[in-house]
Amino acid sequence: MVPPISIPRPVAFRAASAPGVISLPSDSRSPPPPSRAKHDIDQGPVRGDSSVPRGCATYQAEPEEAETEVPQKHIKRTHAKHHTAEAIETYYQRYLSGVVKDGTAPVLLELANEVDYAPSLMARIILERFLQEQEESPPSKSVINSMLRDPSQIPDGVLANQVYQCIVNDCCYGPLVGCIKHAIGHEHEVLLRDLLLERNLSFLDEDQLRAKGYDKTPDFILEVPVALEGHIIHWIESKASFGDECSHQAYLHDQFWSYWNRFGPGLVIYWYGFIEELDCNRERGILLKDCFPTDLVTLGQSIVQP
Amino acid sequence: MAAVLEALLREEVTAEVAVRWLVCGAQGAEDAPEEAAALAPLEPLRKEFVPFLLNFLREQSTCALPQGPPTPAKAPRASAERPGGPSTARGSGRGVRSQLFPAPAEPPAASLGEPPLARRGGGGRRRGPVRERGGRGAGGSEEGEIGDSPPWGGGWRPRGSNSPSPSPAEPLNLSNLEEFPPVGSVPPGPAGFKLLHHSPTPASSALESGLPAPSRTGSLTPEPADPGKVSCQPRLELVAIVYSSCIAENLVPSLFLELFFVLQLLTVRRMIHVEKDDLEPSLGGPLKRPLFQNIHDCVFFAVLVLEHQFQVLSRLDKGTLKLLAENERLLCFSPTLQGRLRKAYERSTAKVSLLLSPPAQAVSFQPETDNRANFSSDRAFHTFKKQRDVFYEVLREWEDRHEEPGWDFEKGLGNRIRSMMSQLSTASSHSHFVRLFQKQLLQMCQSPSGAGGMALGEAPDPDVLSMLGADKLGRLRRLQERLVAPQSGSGPCPPPTFPGWQGFFRDFILSASSFQFNQHLMDSLSLKIRELNDLPLPQHEPSDEDVDRQDERRQFASVLLSLRLLAKFLGFVVFLPYQSPEPPPTRELQDSALALRNQVPPVLDVLTLLQQGLQNHQAVLTVPWLVEFLSFVDHVAPLLDYYHSVFSLLLQLYRSLILSEESERRMCFLNKLLLLAVLGWLFQIPTVPEDLFFLAEGRPDALEGATVSLVQGLDTMPVVDQQLLYTCCPFIGELRKLLASWVSGSSGRSGGFVRKITPTSTTALGPQAPKTSQGLQAELAQAFFHNQPPSLRRTVEFVAERIGSNCVKHIKATFVADLVRQAESRLQEQLGEQQEEGGAPAQLLEALCDQICPEGTQALAQGREFCRKKGPEAVRVLLPEETSPAVLRSAEDIAVGLAMEKACAWLSANITALIRREVKAAVSRTLRAQGPDVAAQGERRGCSRACEHHAPLPSHLISEIKDVLALAVGPRDPEEGVAPEHLETLLQQLRETLQCRQFLCLISEQQLAKCSVELASFLVADQVPTLGPPGPQRLERGEARGLLQTLLSLWHEDFQVPVPLQLLLSPRNVGLLADTRPREWDLLLFLLRGLVDRGLMGRVEIETCLKSLHQAPWPEDFSEELATLSCLFLAEPQVPGPRLRACELMRPPRGTVLAQS
Repeated sequence: MVPPISIPRPVAFRAASAPGVISLPSDSRSPPPPSRAKHDIDQGPVRGDSSVPRGCATYQAEPEEAETEVPQKHIKRTHAKHHTAEAIETYYQRYLSGVVKDGTAPVLLELANEVDYAPSLMARIILERFLQEQEESPPSKSVINSMLRDPSQIPDGVLANQVYQCIVNDCCYGPLVGCIKHAIGHEHEVLLRDLLLERNLSFLDEDQLRAKGYDKTPDFILEVPVALEGHIIHWIESKASFGDECSHQAYLHDQFWSYWNRFGPGLVIYWYGFIEELDCNRERGILLKDCFPTDLVTLGQSIVQP
Repeated sequence: MAAVLEALLREEVTAEVAVRWLVCGAQGAEDAPEEAAALAPLEPLRKEFVPFLLNFLREQSTCALPQGPPTPAKAPRASAERPGGPSTARGSGRGVRSQLFPAPAEPPAASLGEPPLARRGGGGRRRGPVRERGGRGAGGSEEGEIGDSPPWGGGWRPRGSNSPSPSPAEPLNLSNLEEFPPVGSVPPGPAGFKLLHHSPTPASSALESGLPAPSRTGSLTPEPADPGKVSCQPRLELVAIVYSSCIAENLVPSLFLELFFVLQLLTVRRMIHVEKDDLEPSLGGPLKRPLFQNIHDCVFFAVLVLEHQFQVLSRLDKGTLKLLAENERLLCFSPTLQGRLRKAYERSTAKVSLLLSPPAQAVSFQPETDNRANFSSDRAFHTFKKQRDVFYEVLREWEDRHEEPGWDFEKGLGNRIRSMMSQLSTASSHSHFVRLFQKQLLQMCQSPSGAGGMALGEAPDPDVLSMLGADKLGRLRRLQERLVAPQSGSGPCPPPTFPGWQGFFRDFILSASSFQFNQHLMDSLSLKIRELNDLPLPQHEPSDEDVDRQDERRQFASVLLSLRLLAKFLGFVVFLPYQSPEPPPTRELQDSALALRNQVPPVLDVLTLLQQGLQNHQAVLTVPWLVEFLSFVDHVAPLLDYYHSVFSLLLQLYRSLILSEESERRMCFLNKLLLLAVLGWLFQIPTVPEDLFFLAEGRPDALEGATVSLVQGLDTMPVVDQQLLYTCCPFIGELRKLLASWVSGSSGRSGGFVRKITPTSTTALGPQAPKTSQGLQAELAQAFFHNQPPSLRRTVEFVAERIGSNCVKHIKATFVADLVRQAESRLQEQLGEQQEEGGAPAQLLEALCDQICPEGTQALAQGREFCRKKGPEAVRVLLPEETSPAVLRSAEDIAVGLAMEKACAWLSANITALIRREVKAAVSRTLRAQGPDVAAQGERRGCSRACEHHAPLPSHLISEIKDVLALAVGPRDPEEGVAPEHLETLLQQLRETLQCRQFLCLISEQQLAKCSVELASFLVADQVPTLGPPGPQRLERGEARGLLQTLLSLWHEDFQVPVPLQLLLSPRNVGLLADTRPREWDLLLFLLRGLVDRGLMGRVEIETCLKSLHQAPWPEDFSEELATLSCLFLAEPQVPGPRLRACELMRPPRGTVLAQS
């Protein structure tokens, strides 16, 4: 079943795919301006350097993940390369000399594009380096994250603008994108909740579970388990992303097995599909689906009609 | 000792007298004084007769059982030939067992007077490898070709002066020790008995010969056995009677081991040619003549003994009965027995059904025991959270990998487990983890399948297979493979093992090697064992006659299997620190170990539990788990005073369980058989002292009171069935494998054995109601129950327990929740006041708690009311309708009273703390969320009922606004821009989304608020490139004002989270103006006014922001203009009225300004 909400269009190509809304020259750019990097989206749970606000840590990946899998892997692979002391120093010096020449030019964004790195991650590198120089001690992660969320807090006006420019022009990383992912995830949870209510399946949601002191909380725990294709389901987790190998493994480790460890077998809905081979833990109690199943069997042995 | 047997064989003494003499000593033979006189001089040797007899029989059968190559049976080289054997050190049994190598050959037996311990100390114990079992798969046959497997589990080998054979010829088959643990433990006692080792016996045993082995094809065909060709019937009859009587009187250490031996004789295939010399009546008396001269003798003897054992045979499982009934030799030698067996088979219902075990389940998270309140600190809580996941991760990895060749538990998981242990130690969370560990253990291993239950030689039921469907077949096969393989190493006397998942838990304990963990585990296991052992199992109630006995059995089996599992692990952990491959090498070392450990109290007082079990007639429950516990004793433990008493008591019990004595008041037959089987198995455990069985003087009288019971206990109830018997004693299945391999050998089929798995129900065992009642009322209540059926009492206690517990929950949900709400509203009021006064919230909270807590006393009254209302309802529903009104009323009253007692005890002790905790939690939530957020949360889904939630999704809007911001920030192409209508639509959509709220969450809304502020800043600075008909241009001022107006109203009316409006005046956003030429200030002024008019920002606040703006480094002219703006704004009247025209702010040419000033 297709969720009755429209599937968000890919962020990376959104501007181009909304004709009449924002016009983008399709082919006349030469050389292409350093806007809208095509790096892929990082998985929240995978990386530690996410700059998402607190509470946003489990944001969902974007649906078009599979399309852009290659660049995403590229970013992950080259992450270390950009974080060597030499690389950071080089970038910082280039940034400095760039803004000395012209503070209003998109120095940081161009630098990121030139070295093939996500703009907001580049902004983080430079900001960290900048603050280190200012305060002679490595700044805390929370300070950096807070400055990235609100560049107005950055003591240097030029850098603030540069950072902001990177963030609004990054389509894969950064606080703004993180927030969009979170919003998409939440929207699908709401959708799932309505589907459960519609089918009279009583459940406990995350907030209720947390209030009871559960240490790990899937989106929904069914108060009365149901069966799907012969498998018992105790809990349902909504994932508004495409389930690829990498993200699924991370989710298994951080979430799904933990749920199994506490509540028994359950169901994961990857609203944007998943690699079929990943659905290999059915016997062990983790089922994958790409929509809300229509053939749930409840305790009364009846098929729940949608 | 041979003298006795010789006397028998010479018919100087009748078999009957001899047996009586054996059981009771000289006084037992009073009826036949003459014969007794013949035996009297032998009195000191009485205890040695049985081991002598057993060894004699084993000895005599050497040429019958090991068939195959003509190698003389006792050549010592075999041990060297087969050095290793499949080493399954970790997998097949505990390490101790596998390390059990025999000590150097014992010096010739010491004199009679010497205490047996000294000889034990000499290391004379020998463990005989058991023969290969028929159940082995093809692998067994390969090994068999080189290997030399003695034909039976163990024998009793006479040594020293009495030994009829030269003693040095006892090479040990070292190779097989791991696989075939010692089966016999006969003390090297006065007569120097010790285990017989037939190590150098030829390769193919009777069992193996059934397996296809080309090189030995010739020996495969069994020689026919003919009753007419039996060589010396009377002799064989005499020995058979004595032997059978010994079995019947429980004088042999293991009933099933003897049965196995007899069945081996029955299924002998070939006989090694006996030297002619041996056949001649020799000078040495009757014993020098071989007892079994040919196959006919063997079979004849076996059938005779089996006739005496019909009672036991008839209670074996249906499959074994079938094989026995169909055995052609049996039919040939004793048609009567065959007929009886056939009838028994037809009547038998003891079939085992094949069911797959459910997949592993995790222990569920229970907030009552697992949430934060149960931990001393956040850290401990989170540590445990992580460790729980690590535990299951490790468990899954083990499941996936432990069968991979080369995978090693310690290498693969050891470090992870130890780091987990150290985390738990740091967080003092071992008790939590142990609870999880124990629950998981019970969940996974309590059912026989998890315990590697029985494999009975039946192919999977085709119906079951078709039912499972094709995709399950693979799983079934894997399951079978997994379960069958390790079992192939068992034999009729297997060592304690940890089959299936149990292996994981065993290895986990070993790898963890954590003192803290082990201590907590022992505490927890002991408690649970006591709990289950004391559980009042359904007593036989005459009124419940019609109730299906099956339930009773199922519950019993479930409790028993749980107990056995827990006791096994307790024994494992308790004796773990003392385990060593060999007993102390010298008497001195042993004595010092004894002195040291005699003063240490036992971890669990099993002696008392055993005594109670015997007194209460529930030996059938207590003994089987006790045996599991004791099967892990180290070499010294059984010699400790305490455990010595336990073993003595068990031995007395064993001797007293005469199967032929059946009566109403005595133990049921299968109950007895279970106890005999488990005890017989225990006596074969290598670390159980050898002298225990034969030298201890059995005093069955001591148990007389216990066995003849007046009260009905579990022992007299038919709680054991074949299923349970075979589950607890899988080695009994070896009889069947032996018989089946005979059949398969004959038919040329190799017998693959399929494990049968039958899960037992995991009946939930409700905790017992706490007996808190006291005083006269309590006595009266007890008296009331005395004459009522026990079910009434259980019902009342259950209701009281549940209602009491529910009462507490009810109070939490109603009364406490009300108080919390009161506290919250009071807090809100006081917070308002406080903001002006500036007090600390923490003090406020304390004050609040002090105000509210005294009201907690009302909880008791409300709790009593609840119990009074709910208790009677529950009792009425649960009791049978015919219950008399008076009984019902009393039951209700007692239930209500008990429930109140329980609830009030808890409430009065905890209500204050509970209220305090709940209030604090609620208040800190409020404080953290700071008002508006809470409102947003509360009304998150607060759109009108008519709303169909068609508003654009928040994620979509954030994304759209992001695009506009990116366009505004640049870089962009000259022709890029946004249509003004699009901006209008966007804001309109934003309004819809904010009003619908269906899909809105806090984070989305906060982000939307922030983005809208930023959008406003770009509008103010005229930085949003628009698309007009000719191309990109700037927004017209009117359009910009319109958009700002919309934003103002959105902020004012639609956002429910705080909008970060101060960002509008952040240096960065104001700085945007610095870049525009000419600078446009009127939009900013317009916006500021709007903010003030709508109460979105106060003038004071704006003033503060403007002032701080001056501190930023600006171009000089910009600073001036900013100052002008500040002045203009601040100069405005506070009430709405005539305003400065925006154009007045427009920057005139610099010269003009200067001129004007």
